[in-house]
Amino acid sequence: MRNAITPLPAALRAIRLDSLDMFRHYLQTLAFSLAISAVLYFTSSPDKPYEVPMVYSLCIGTVSWAIIDFGRHLIAPSAESGWPSGLSGMVLTAFGIVGGFLAGTAAADAWFGWSSWDQSPAQLRTTWVFSLLAGVAVCYYFYTQGRSSYLHGKMQEAERQATEARLKLLETQLEPHMLFNTLANLRALIATDPAAALDMLDRMIAYLRATLGASRTAEHPLAAEFERLRDYLELISVRMGPRLRYTLDLPPELAAQPVPTLLLQPLVENSIKHGLEPKVEGGSVTVRARRQGAWLQLEVADTGVGPGGERPSGGSGFGQTQVRERLAAAYGPSATMEFIAPDDGGTRTLLTFPAKT
Amino acid sequence: MNPTPTALLAEDEPLLAQALRAELARAWPELAIAATVGDGASAVAQSLALKPDVLFFDIRMPGLSGLEAAAELADAWAPGTPFPALVFVTAYDQYAVQAFEAQAVDYVLKPVQAARLQKTVSKVREVLARRSPDAIDMEATLGHTMKQLRHLLEAGQPAAPTGGPLRMVQVSVGSSIRMVPVDEVVFFEAADKYVRVLTAGHEYLIRTPLKELLPQLDPNAFWQVHRGTVVRTSAIDSVLRDDQGKLSLTLHGRPEKLAVSRLYAHLFRPM
Repeated sequence: MRNAITPLPAALRAIRLDSLDMFRHYLQTLAFSLAISAVLYFTSSPDKPYEVPMVYSLCIGTVSWAIIDFGRHLIAPSAESGWPSGLSGMVLTAFGIVGGFLAGTAAADAWFGWSSWDQSPAQLRTTWVFSLLAGVAVCYYFYTQGRSSYLHGKMQEAERQATEARLKLLETQLEPHMLFNTLANLRALIATDPAAALDMLDRMIAYLRATLGASRTAEHPLAAEFERLRDYLELISVRMGPRLRYTLDLPPELAAQPVPTLLLQPLVENSIKHGLEPKVEGGSVTVRARRQGAWLQLEVADTGVGPGGERPSGGSGFGQTQVRERLAAAYGPSATMEFIAPDDGGTRTLLTFPAKT
Repeated sequence: MNPTPTALLAEDEPLLAQALRAELARAWPELAIAATVGDGASAVAQSLALKPDVLFFDIRMPGLSGLEAAAELADAWAPGTPFPALVFVTAYDQYAVQAFEAQAVDYVLKPVQAARLQKTVSKVREVLARRSPDAIDMEATLGHTMKQLRHLLEAGQPAAPTGGPLRMVQVSVGSSIRMVPVDEVVFFEAADKYVRVLTAGHEYLIRTPLKELLPQLDPNAFWQVHRGTVVRTSAIDSVLRDDQGKLSLTLHGRPEKLAVSRLYAHLFRPM
């Protein structure tokens, strides 16, 4: 097993990793070579046997492939196309085509026992031009193929990341502790106050529906956003009792403003989880919407323990990052998010982004 | 055991406290609820004042968690009176449930169900009935409780971040940041929102909670000796035992005497 741990030079390692890919390229090159030889046979020299153009074509193809495919690994290919970028890529391609032509022709000459260089200059020129065009076409094909497979991979990766983010959002919002505590409260209410239990159940249904639906619709009116926050805060109120006070302040003229679904939810949840739940006497959460000229400003403030306080496990700042990313995705660089932690405790988060007229 | 057994409930969610009271009234009519509290610190203070026979502690509470409250209570419990039978109540806490399953302290999952609570009640009654007024036996049960609490508290600790133990503590001094080598730190002490970092000649404040700091320290070089104190082992000079049986440490390089909580007393035993 000593061989397995001997480090390979970087270039060799790259070649080794890609050997399957290169073999595929070689097979494709052979197929191209056969096609080219067939074209050559029927267009220019039906007087000679098919063997002649085929051997030339295969030899030129093989040498060109070898130069380019090994060469591009030795000259660090760019990730986007699998081809060395800029000038080095062009030089390599040219070298591969010319070198392939010269060495391939020499090899085929050796096979047949004659010299191609004895042909008339006109004939030589034709084969030259033909080979050059075919070489450029084949290289262009491999280049675009590498690029499109790179773009395809990128797209898949982006999709995977989006799915992951959605799942993570869902996971934090359907956090087992929150769910089980709410259910426990619901169970207690059923026995003592069925009307309140019914109300709590309705809130929970609305909350769950919004959470599960948030990954499907991109935007909803600010009024709906505040309604979902009310559902969530009502659920928490049942659990925390008088320890939680909350204010939702939405001026009626802003009710129809579109916002990303459940944008504020992670911030309010942070205020509860890291600010008020750990605080013995509890406190208040305030969510406010304001218009300042062309800008819409949303604020989530609490009077909890602040970021210096003890953080229960799971406080990874995921909520903050998530809100920042969604804001940037929806409004670009014009949107801002400010996090303020006053020294006397509590937190304030301000989101500012362009209002829709 | 008192003629009428008493209990203390610690639960921060009022509805759940009410539900537990109602279920207990059904499952154990003779049990008198001495008090219901909503946070860890009150749970400790009220338990010490009322000396109930049974404790129902919620795991997640503001201030101190149920486990921390129990540890602190066990620490402050005067020898000579039996330590209450401890039952934890939790909605969902994977660590706690795992730990409970390995150990024998009883627990109740929220929402409390009558049949399950009935089992808990008979377990607790058995424990109370078996209790002898023998002081040595009491110390033994307290020791057992300590062992279980240690186990539970450890299970809830966050895993150590990879990348090896912390070498430098970054403290801000005015507008600059000073790098303090961990090897120079004599002890860390939690102080409200801050952690005091004490070296032989200086004292600094950092904002990283002790809980987050602890997993980053080399467990052989630093020992937690109290809920709020972590000390460098090589800085410990001597361990003193007072007539109450409580341990305290004297240090090289610092004049302070550090109290060792009962929870961590097992670390100091003559070889």
